[in-house]
Amino acid sequence: MAQATAHHGEHEPTTTGLNHRKMLMWAFLGSDCMFFGTLIATYLVYKNRSITGPLPEDVFSIPVTTVSTFVLLMSSMSMVLAYAALTRNSMKTFRIWLASTCILGATFVGFQVYEFTTFANYEHKVYCADVGVKELTPLKQQLAEKCGTEDEHNGVVEEVVGLTPRTNLFGSTFYTLTGFHGAHVTLGIVWLLSLFFLSFKKGMVTPEKNLDLDLAPLYWHFVDIVWIVIFTVVYLFGVFPGF
Amino acid sequence: MTTMAFPIPRPTHPTGIWNWITTIDHKKIGVLYGVTAFILFLTGGIEALLMRIQLAGPNQDIVSAEIFNQLFTMHGTTMIFLAIMPLSAAFFNFVIPLQIGARDVAFPRLNAFSYWTFLAGAIILKISWFTGGATNAGWFGYAPLTSVQQNPGTGIDYWIVSLQVLGIASLAASFNFLVTIINMRAPGMSFMRLPLFTWMTFITNILIVLAFPVITVALIELYFDRSFGMNFFNVARGGDPVLWQHLFWVFGHPEVYILILPAMGIVSEILPTFSKKPLFGYPAIVLAGAIIAFMGWMVWSHHMFTVGLGPIPVTVFTITTMAIAVPTGIKVFNWMGTMWGGSMDFKTPMLYAIGFVAMFTIGGISGVMHSMASSDAQQQDTYFIVAHIHYVLFGGAIFAIFAGIYYWFPKITGRMYSETLGKINFWITMVGFNLAFFPQHFLGLDGMPRRIYTYDASMGWNLWNGVSTAGVIILAIGILIFMHNIVKSWRKGELAGGDPWDGRTLEWSIPSPPPEYNFAEIPTVYDRDDWWARKRREVRRGVPVAGGSGEDEHHDIHLPQPSYWPLVVAIGLFIGGIGLVYPVGMYAISMVGVFIGTVAVYAWSFEPVNDPEEGEQAAH
Amino acid sequence: MSQEHQVAEEHAEAEVHTGHPTPLTYFKVAITLSVLTALEFGLFYLEWLSYGIIPVMGFLSAAKFLLVAMFYMHLRYDNVGISIFGRDVPIFSLMFVAGLIVAAGVVFALMALFAFFTGGA
Ligand code: HEM
Ligand SMILES: [Cu+2]
Repeated sequence: MAQATAHHGEHEPTTTGLNHRKMLMWAFLGSDCMFFGTLIATYLVYKNRSITGPLPEDVFSIPVTTVSTFVLLMSSMSMVLAYAALTRNSMKTFRIWLASTCILGATFVGFQVYEFTTFANYEHKVYCADVGVKELTPLKQQLAEKCGTEDEHNGVVEEVVGLTPRTNLFGSTFYTLTGFHGAHVTLGIVWLLSLFFLSFKKGMVTPEKNLDLDLAPLYWHFVDIVWIVIFTVVYLFGVFPGF
Repeated sequence: MTTMAFPIPRPTHPTGIWNWITTIDHKKIGVLYGVTAFILFLTGGIEALLMRIQLAGPNQDIVSAEIFNQLFTMHGTTMIFLAIMPLSAAFFNFVIPLQIGARDVAFPRLNAFSYWTFLAGAIILKISWFTGGATNAGWFGYAPLTSVQQNPGTGIDYWIVSLQVLGIASLAASFNFLVTIINMRAPGMSFMRLPLFTWMTFITNILIVLAFPVITVALIELYFDRSFGMNFFNVARGGDPVLWQHLFWVFGHPEVYILILPAMGIVSEILPTFSKKPLFGYPAIVLAGAIIAFMGWMVWSHHMFTVGLGPIPVTVFTITTMAIAVPTGIKVFNWMGTMWGGSMDFKTPMLYAIGFVAMFTIGGISGVMHSMASSDAQQQDTYFIVAHIHYVLFGGAIFAIFAGIYYWFPKITGRMYSETLGKINFWITMVGFNLAFFPQHFLGLDGMPRRIYTYDASMGWNLWNGVSTAGVIILAIGILIFMHNIVKSWRKGELAGGDPWDGRTLEWSIPSPPPEYNFAEIPTVYDRDDWWARKRREVRRGVPVAGGSGEDEHHDIHLPQPSYWPLVVAIGLFIGGIGLVYPVGMYAISMVGVFIGTVAVYAWSFEPVNDPEEGEQAAH
Repeated sequence: MSQEHQVAEEHAEAEVHTGHPTPLTYFKVAITLSVLTALEFGLFYLEWLSYGIIPVMGFLSAAKFLLVAMFYMHLRYDNVGISIFGRDVPIFSLMFVAGLIVAAGVVFALMALFAFFTGGA
C-alpha cells in the first residue's frame, strides 16, 4: 500500500480506477452546461424583443470576434501541448506552453474588454447617401431621419447610443452571458498561473500527480467549447433579425 | 507527497467544540446536518403555526397582512431548502458511506464545506426577519412581485443571496456524493447491488447537479435587475415575467423530486427490513426512479397552466404530467408487494414508512387531479394545492425522514429509542397531520385561495379552517413527543447493539455507533442485501456471525485529518453574501469575504496531511 | 499483491496514458479548428446563403465542439464505464452528455414556448 502510494502520488484506489477529482470535474462540467444553457436560453428567448437599439446587427464586428475566437482556440491547443509536455516530463516545455496559454487567455479577455467598451460607447453613423439604397438597421433608419436637418455634417449623421446592460434586453442578456464566460476564463487564468508558479516548486506539479487529474486543462477546454457555441449562436447568428 | 511549509498546522486531535468545528468525519457531519436542519424545521413550523392561528377563524387580526406574506414565504423556503433538503443530506452523510462499504466520502473536507455553507445560507435567510422584513413574494418569488419598484426592502435580496449560498452547498455536496457512490463502492458492490437508498441518493444528486444551475442563473438575473437596473423581468423594457416562472419551475419541478426521492429510498430500506422479505421488484424501483428523474424535466409547465401558454403547450404538459404518475405508481405497487405476505413487524420506523406510502399516495392522486389543465384551472392557487404539497411533502418526505430517524437512530447513537413513545408519536402525528391538511382539499374546492391572510365569515370556510388549525396543534404535540423521545433516548436509552433490526445492508454489519473508520476491514460484497445474505450463509455453515463486535484491528487505517479551512471558506461566503445584499458601499464588505474565501481555498489546497506515516512516504 | 504483479499493472497503466494522442495529433486538431473558424468567417459574408447559413454554421460549430471535447478533453479515450442494467456506460462522457442533453432540451423547449420558431413576439 505504502509502495503504491509512493508511486502513484494522489492515485488512491477507487472502485472504477478513475480519479476522484477528475470525476468531480466532469460532474461539475455537466452542471456548468446547465448554467450556460440557461444563460443562452435567456438570450435567445429575448432575442428580437428589445424595445430600443442598439441591436446585435448594430454593434457586432465579426472580424474582431473571429480573431478573439481564434485566440481562444489556440489557447486550447497550447494547453493541451502543455499537458503533453508534462506527460514527457519535460518541465521546461510544460511551463512555456502553460505561460502561453495564460497569455492567450488574457488576450481573449482583453478583446472582450475592448469589445465591451466599444459597445458601451457605440457611436453609429449613417451616410445619408445610403438612405434608400442600402438596407439599414432599424436604429439607423431612425437616425437617418435626421438627414437633411442641421444634424447632418458632410453627408453623415452620427450619434452615440451606447449599449450597456441597462440599455435594452439585448444588453442585459448579452453582457450577462458573455460576462460570465469571461469570468470563467479569468478564473481559469488564475488557476493556470497558480499551477505555473507551483511548477517551480519541486514535486508540486508532476506527471504522476497531475496527469490523471488533468483538471485545469479540462476546465479550460470546456470554457473554450462554451465560447464555440456563443460565437456561433450569439455573434454569427446575431445579425439575422429573424433568428 | 511533498508538503509545503505552511504556517498553520492541521488540527490533529481536537477535542470538545473544536472537534465538531474541524471535523471531516461523514458521520459527525451527518449529525450536524441533522440537528441543524431539525432546528430549522422547528422555526419553519413556528412560522406555519402562526399562520394557522391567524386563519383559525374569520376576520382575525393576529398578524398583519404584511407579516403574513413574510410568514408563508419564509415557511415555504425554510421547509424546502433548510429542512427537507438538509435532513435528506444528513442521511446521505451518515448512511451512504456505510451502505457502500467505505470509510468516508470521496472529499471529506468538501463535505464539511457543504455543511458550513449550508449553515451560512440558513443564517442569511433567517436574519432577514430582523433586518427590516423578510422576503414576502412566495417561495417561488414570481416576477414582478420581486422587482425593486414593488419590493424595495432588502427581504428579497436576502432571499436571493441565501438561495445562492445554499445552492453552492447543495452542489458541492452532490458532486461529492456522486463521486463517492461511483468510486468508493466496496469490492463486489455493483450498481445493481446498491441498496435502494444509495440508488435514490445517486439519482437525487444527479438532479441537484443539473437543476441548481438553472435557479442560480434565474436568481442572478433577478439580482441584476434589482441591483443594477437591468431588464430581464422588466415589462416596461420588453422583459417577460413569465420567463421567471419558466426558469423557476424548470428548476422547481426537479426540485420536488429532489425532495421526495431520498424519502422513497429510506422507505425502500425500511419496508423490506420490517417485512422480513427482500424488496419486491428491485430493478423496477430503480428504473422507475431513473425515469422519474428524467421525465421530471418535461413537466414543469404544469405549474403554469393558468398563465395562458396556449393550447399546445398546455396539452403537452398535461400529458407528460399524467405520464410521470406511472413510474410513481409503480413504486407504490412495489412497496405494497414488499409488504404482501411478509411477516410484518410494526415498529415505529415501519409505521412511519407505511404512513408514508398511504399519505404519499393521497398526494399523488391529488397531483394527478391537477395534472389535467382543465381541472387545474379550478384548483390552481387554492388550498387544494396546499393540501397536495403537504400530502407529498409532509405525509411524504417528512414522514419518511421520521421513519429514517427512528430506523437509524440506534446506528447513529448506539442507543434504542423508546418504542412506546415512538408509537404514540406516530399516531398523534398521523391524526394531527390528516386533520390539518385533509380539510384543505375541501377549502380549496370551495374556492379558498392560498396566501390570503384572512377571510370573511360569510365565505363558509370557518369550519374547516378551525379543524385545520386544531390539527396543526395536535401535530405540534406529536413533534414535541418526538423530540422528547429522541433527546431522552440519546442520553440514556438502552444500548442497541450493532444490528437491532436484523438489517439487510452493510451499515448493520458494524458496531453502533460505528467506529471512526467504519469498517475494520472493507467488506467484499456478493449479494444485493449482502449483510442479510451473509448472516444466512454463515448461520447455515454454523459459523458465528462476526458483525457487531468491536474488533480493534485498525492500526493501519489512515483517516483524513480534521481541517479548519472548510469553515473559513464558508465564512468568506457568508461575509461576501451579506455584502451583496446592500449594493454599492457594501461591495467593499463583499471583497473582504472574497479575500477570506480565496486565502482559505489556497490554504485548503496546500494543507499538510499531518500524518506521520504519510510524511514518511513523502521521503521516498 | 506481489511486486512483479504490481509492476506489470503499472505498465498497463502507462499504456493507457500513452494511448492519448501525440502532440502531432493535437496540432492537427488545432489546424482543423482554425480552418473551420476561417470557414465560418468566410461563409458569413456570402450573402446569397442568407438564412441557409444557420444550419451550415450550426454544423461547423458542432464539429469544432466535438473536436475539442473528443481530442483535447480526451473523451475519445474515455473507456472506463460503470455497468447499469447490464450496459457499460463510459462515466465521464455520461456525466458531460447528460448535462449537455438536458441543457439543449431546456433551451429548445424554452425557445419553442416563447414562439421563437413560429415568429411570435
Ligand atoms: C403523481 C405525481 C404528481 C403529480 C401528477 C403532480 C402534479 C402537480 C401539479 C399539476 C401541480 C401544480 C398545481 C397548481 O399549482 O395548480 C403540482 C404542484 C406541486 N407539487 Fe405536485 N405532483 C405530483 C407529485 C408531487 C411530489 C412527489 C411532490 C414533492 C415531493 C410534489 C410537490 C409539489 C409542490 C411543492 C407543488 C406546488 C408548488 C407551489 O405552487 O407552491 N408533487 N403538482
Ligand atoms: Cu411540478
